[in-house]
Amino acid sequence: MINCTMMNKKVSGVFGTIFFAVSGIGLLATTAIAAETAVKTDNKMNTKIDVKIDSRKETALAKAALEMMQASFKTRGQASVDRLQQDETQGLCSQYQDNPPKAVRVRIEAINQKLLKYPADGKLLGSWKEGEKIAQSGVGKQFSDNPETPAGGNCYACHQLTKTELSYGNIGPSLYNFGKVRGYSEAILKYTYGKISNSEAFSACSNMPRFGHGGILTEQQIKHVTALLMDPESPVNK
Amino acid sequence: MYKAMRTLIKAATVSALITAAIVSSAFAQSSLSNQGGDQAIKEIERYRQALGDGNPAELWEARGEDIWKQKRGPKMVSLEQCDLGLGAGVVKGAYTVLPKFFSDSDKVEDLESRLVTCMVMLQGFPYDQAKKNPFGGPDNKSDMEALVAYISGSSRGMKMNVTGNHPDEKKYYALGRKMFFHRGGPHDFSCASCHGADGQRIRLQALPNLLKQETARSAYTTWPAYRVSQGEARSFQWRLFDCFRQQRFPELEFTSDASIALTMFLAKNANGGVMNAPAIKR
Repeated sequence: MINCTMMNKKVSGVFGTIFFAVSGIGLLATTAIAAETAVKTDNKMNTKIDVKIDSRKETALAKAALEMMQASFKTRGQASVDRLQQDETQGLCSQYQDNPPKAVRVRIEAINQKLLKYPADGKLLGSWKEGEKIAQSGVGKQFSDNPETPAGGNCYACHQLTKTELSYGNIGPSLYNFGKVRGYSEAILKYTYGKISNSEAFSACSNMPRFGHGGILTEQQIKHVTALLMDPESPVNK
Repeated sequence: MYKAMRTLIKAATVSALITAAIVSSAFAQSSLSNQGGDQAIKEIERYRQALGDGNPAELWEARGEDIWKQKRGPKMVSLEQCDLGLGAGVVKGAYTVLPKFFSDSDKVEDLESRLVTCMVMLQGFPYDQAKKNPFGGPDNKSDMEALVAYISGSSRGMKMNVTGNHPDEKKYYALGRKMFFHRGGPHDFSCASCHGADGQRIRLQALPNLLKQETARSAYTTWPAYRVSQGEARSFQWRLFDCFRQQRFPELEFTSDASIALTMFLAKNANGGVMNAPAIKR
């Protein structure tokens, strides 16, 4: 039983304060329960949460949830029910509600560093103009999409990139002046390609898709998006 | 009838006004680029309020009330004896207590699955027929969406009050929470990817944090809703179905157990919020 005072913080903040690794008993604080108990205290800013944690129960629950989902979803178009099945990274991020403790974080990043592939020809920079088109396009991988149409990266859904596109989201940080700020070194170039290809190799449980690993973008498309961020001529760096 | 006609005329002007809202907000942004998103959201919210008394969902509500009272199905009875959670035939306030465990079906049911149960048990429809055509289109209006609009509209102004004390209700809530964080698919998305933090946007579309009381309430209590861009009144089952499409998941089956579990999680988190549905959305 853990008492925790939540002061209208972001989920991650709450997590940081109540998570500690106890051997054998993985701690799984449920922010959802915050909402459940919050009802009793209505609109007060401080909500006292009693969180009971039992990792075995959570594991059993995760298994039951997967079974329920497998019985409740059906394959449609390119989106097959296999997509419900998780790889280790997805499983761990779900288990820790996207806020794993340090040891798990390190493990997730190591798994994905191993999975990370760079182009065989060693060239990482494509055309920023093509990259801009990919950044604008949100097409791809939905059951309503034609699988023959190349997918987009939909970067603007979450990031600011240029000064001219005003319709951008904020789930990710602004990438305006990305290369200009970081410099156009080989190390940054390699990091940029790698981050687009497999974000989990650098930042465990990032919200950003693993565009290479997930088969969303091709190697050539990732080169183009890398150029959008790292070509000094790109509007990102103007 | 006069009211319905008036609403129809208003409906025709809705999309034009929304377009105007978006265009004007785009202009507003060019001078305020760093707060462009906020400005656009405020503009859209302003138009939404202005349109509040002319929601085309009224047409669905009126049709839903007719369907509720019509003698239909092999047994030729109306749905008026259907128990939606507050006793046989009680429509007012029923939406605020759903999802709920029902002993006659031995299941936790949300509004849509409960309606299917009543169509089968009371009216004698075969199960597959009762589930048919859950989401309407221009030439194919859905009776289910009309019923949902009528019944949810009958809880307007009332507080969400899902008890969730039955063991199966607790189980569904816990499973719904697990689903909320379940990452999968090529993009590694879960519900939490978009709805687990404050103040997030996809492009200019604001995303409610469904883990925080205030935003969980305002989101849940404004569904079902008339979707201007689709010209349809949409149910909560549709909302989940279309979220999972964008999450790159396979198709969530209408009234499936997982859809009810997730609804239980979201509805209970919205407890205390005042119902204002069917609302109007972009």
